[in-house]
Amino acid sequence: MNQLEKEQYLREYAQLKAQGKPFFPYAIAKDSAMAVITLAVIIIMSIVLGAELGPKADPTTTTYVPRPEWYFFFLFEVLRIIKPPEYVPMATIGVPTLCMILLFLLPFYDRGAERRPERRPIATTAGILTIFAMAYLTFLGANAGSPNEIDMAPPSDLKGAALTEWNEGRLVVAQSGCLACHQIGENGNHGPGPRLTDIARNLPAAAIAETLRNPTAPMPSFERLAQEEPEKFDAMVAFLGSLK
Amino acid sequence: MPRFRIPTPTVPAALQPKPKRPGSAQGPATPAEQAAEGGIHVVDWIDERTSLSGGLRWMMFRKVPKGTNWFYTLGSATMFAFLSQAVTGIFLAMYYDPSPTRAYESVRYIVNDAFLGEFVRGMHRWGSTVMVILVFLHMARTFFFGAYKYPRELNWVIGVALLILTMAMSFTGYLLPFDQRAYWATIVGVNINGTGPLVGPYLSDFLRAGPEFGATTLSRFYAIHMMLVPGLIAALIGAHLYLVAKLGTTAPPWLRAKTETKLDEDEV
Ligand code: HEM
Repeated sequence: MNQLEKEQYLREYAQLKAQGKPFFPYAIAKDSAMAVITLAVIIIMSIVLGAELGPKADPTTTTYVPRPEWYFFFLFEVLRIIKPPEYVPMATIGVPTLCMILLFLLPFYDRGAERRPERRPIATTAGILTIFAMAYLTFLGANAGSPNEIDMAPPSDLKGAALTEWNEGRLVVAQSGCLACHQIGENGNHGPGPRLTDIARNLPAAAIAETLRNPTAPMPSFERLAQEEPEKFDAMVAFLGSLK
Repeated sequence: MPRFRIPTPTVPAALQPKPKRPGSAQGPATPAEQAAEGGIHVVDWIDERTSLSGGLRWMMFRKVPKGTNWFYTLGSATMFAFLSQAVTGIFLAMYYDPSPTRAYESVRYIVNDAFLGEFVRGMHRWGSTVMVILVFLHMARTFFFGAYKYPRELNWVIGVALLILTMAMSFTGYLLPFDQRAYWATIVGVNINGTGPLVGPYLSDFLRAGPEFGATTLSRFYAIHMMLVPGLIAALIGAHLYLVAKLGTTAPPWLRAKTETKLDEDEV
C-alpha cells in the first residue's frame, strides 16, 4: 500500500466507523451470546465425553502407542509421510518452522490494498488450500494405523514355529516403543538410538538379549519383560537377531 | 453533582432516568433512589482517585463500524474459552500434585473422589479443544477479511504468537495426567523437538530438565503450563485488545461508506 492508498483507507474507515454503532451494548451483546454458546458447548462436551484416565505411565512396559492430541495429527502426519532419515529433521522442524515464519510475516509480504477475498485470488486460494491440506492430514492422522508398525517381510527361509516366533517378535518390538528412538527398515525415528535395520550383523542374538536387559540410558530395560513373560522376550530377541 | 455520568445516547429509553415531577420532594426519597445515590458515590470516589472512567469509556463506547457480523465474535469467544481454562485450571491445581510418583494418583482422586472433579477436568480437557478450534476460526476470519493489512499488521503478529502459545499450552498440558498416553506422546514430542537445528537439542534438554526424562520433568512441564505460558498469553491478549480498541475492528471488506458523512476533526 502506498501513502495515498493508506490515507484513502483511513478516510473510508473513519466514515464507516462514524456510521457504526457503539461497542457497548451492541457488540457486547453479540459477544456475550457467543460466550454463552462457547461455555454451553464446553459443558456439554464435558458431560457427554467425560475425562477418562488411561493406565498409569509406566516407562518399562511399553506396549503403548504414542498418540498426540488430535489437533497435532497434521504435524504427526507430515512426519510419517517424510520417511528418509536425512529429511526427518526437515519434516519435524523445517516445515513447521517455515510455515510459522510465513505466517508471522504475512502482513509484510502481502501489502496490496485490496481486502475483498474474491479479489485476492492468490491469498484466498492459498488460504483455502491450507485449510484443506490441514483437514486432509488430520483425517489421515486420525485414521492411521498404529504408528508402531514394522512393515517388513519375514526372511524367506523361516518356516513353522520359527516363523510364528518371528512374527510375534515383530509385534512385540513394534508395540514396545522402540521405534520412538530406533529405525527398523522403513519405520521408526532416526535416533537418538542407532539404526536396527541390520543390527544382527554386528551383534549376535545373545548380545542383543544382554542389551535389552541392561541397556545404556536412556533406553528402558526389558528385564521385567524377560522375567514375567519370557516367551515374548525370546520372540523379541529372535526377531532382532534376524535383522541382517 | 456526581462527576461520573453515563453518556445518555447509548442507554435505551426505558432505562433513562425520568425527570422529577414538579412539586415532589427534594433529595432522594425512596430507598432505591438512596441506594443508587450511594452507588454513584462509591464510583465517584474511585474515579476521583484513579480516573478509570476515561479509559473505560474509551473501551466501551468506541464505535464499531457498520456491518460487523457474527464472525467478529470469534476473537472474544477465544478469549472466553481461555478464561474458562484459567478458572477450571485453578480448581484442578488445588488437587494436582506434579511429582512423578503422585501425579497419576492425584488426577485419579480428582476424577473419582473430588466433588464435581470429573466434570471440571472434562471442562478443562474439552475446553482446550474448543479454544484451539476457535483460535483457528478467528485466524481464518482475519485472514479472509484482509484484517491483517495496514494498519493492523502488528495485531496479526501478536495473534500468531498467541496461536503458538496456545499450541504450547496443549503440548505441556498433555503430559500432566501422567498416564501411558501422556507419557509416551510427550517422550516422542520432546524427541521431535530435539531433532531441530541449532536450538533443538537445547530446547528438548530444557523441557526435560536434563538429558533424559527425569524426576523434575513433570514439575517443569507443570510450571510452564500453569505460569509461564498463561502469563504470556494473558499479557499478549491485553496488547491484542489494546490495539483492537485503538485501531478499531475492520469493517467487512466489501462494505463501502454510503454517504460522505461530515467527520469531526478528531475522528479522522
Ligand atoms: C488467544 C488467542 C486470541 C484471542 C483471545 C484474540 C482476541 C481478539 C479479539 C477479541 C479481537 C477483536 C475482533 C474480533 O473478535 O474479531 C481480535 C482481533 C484480531 N485478531 Fe485476535 N485473538 C487471538 C488470536 C489471534 C490469532 C491467532 C490471529 C492471527 C494470526 C489474530 C489476529 C487478529 C487480528 C488481525 C485482529 C483485528 C481484526 C479486525 O480488526 O477486524 N488473533 N482478536
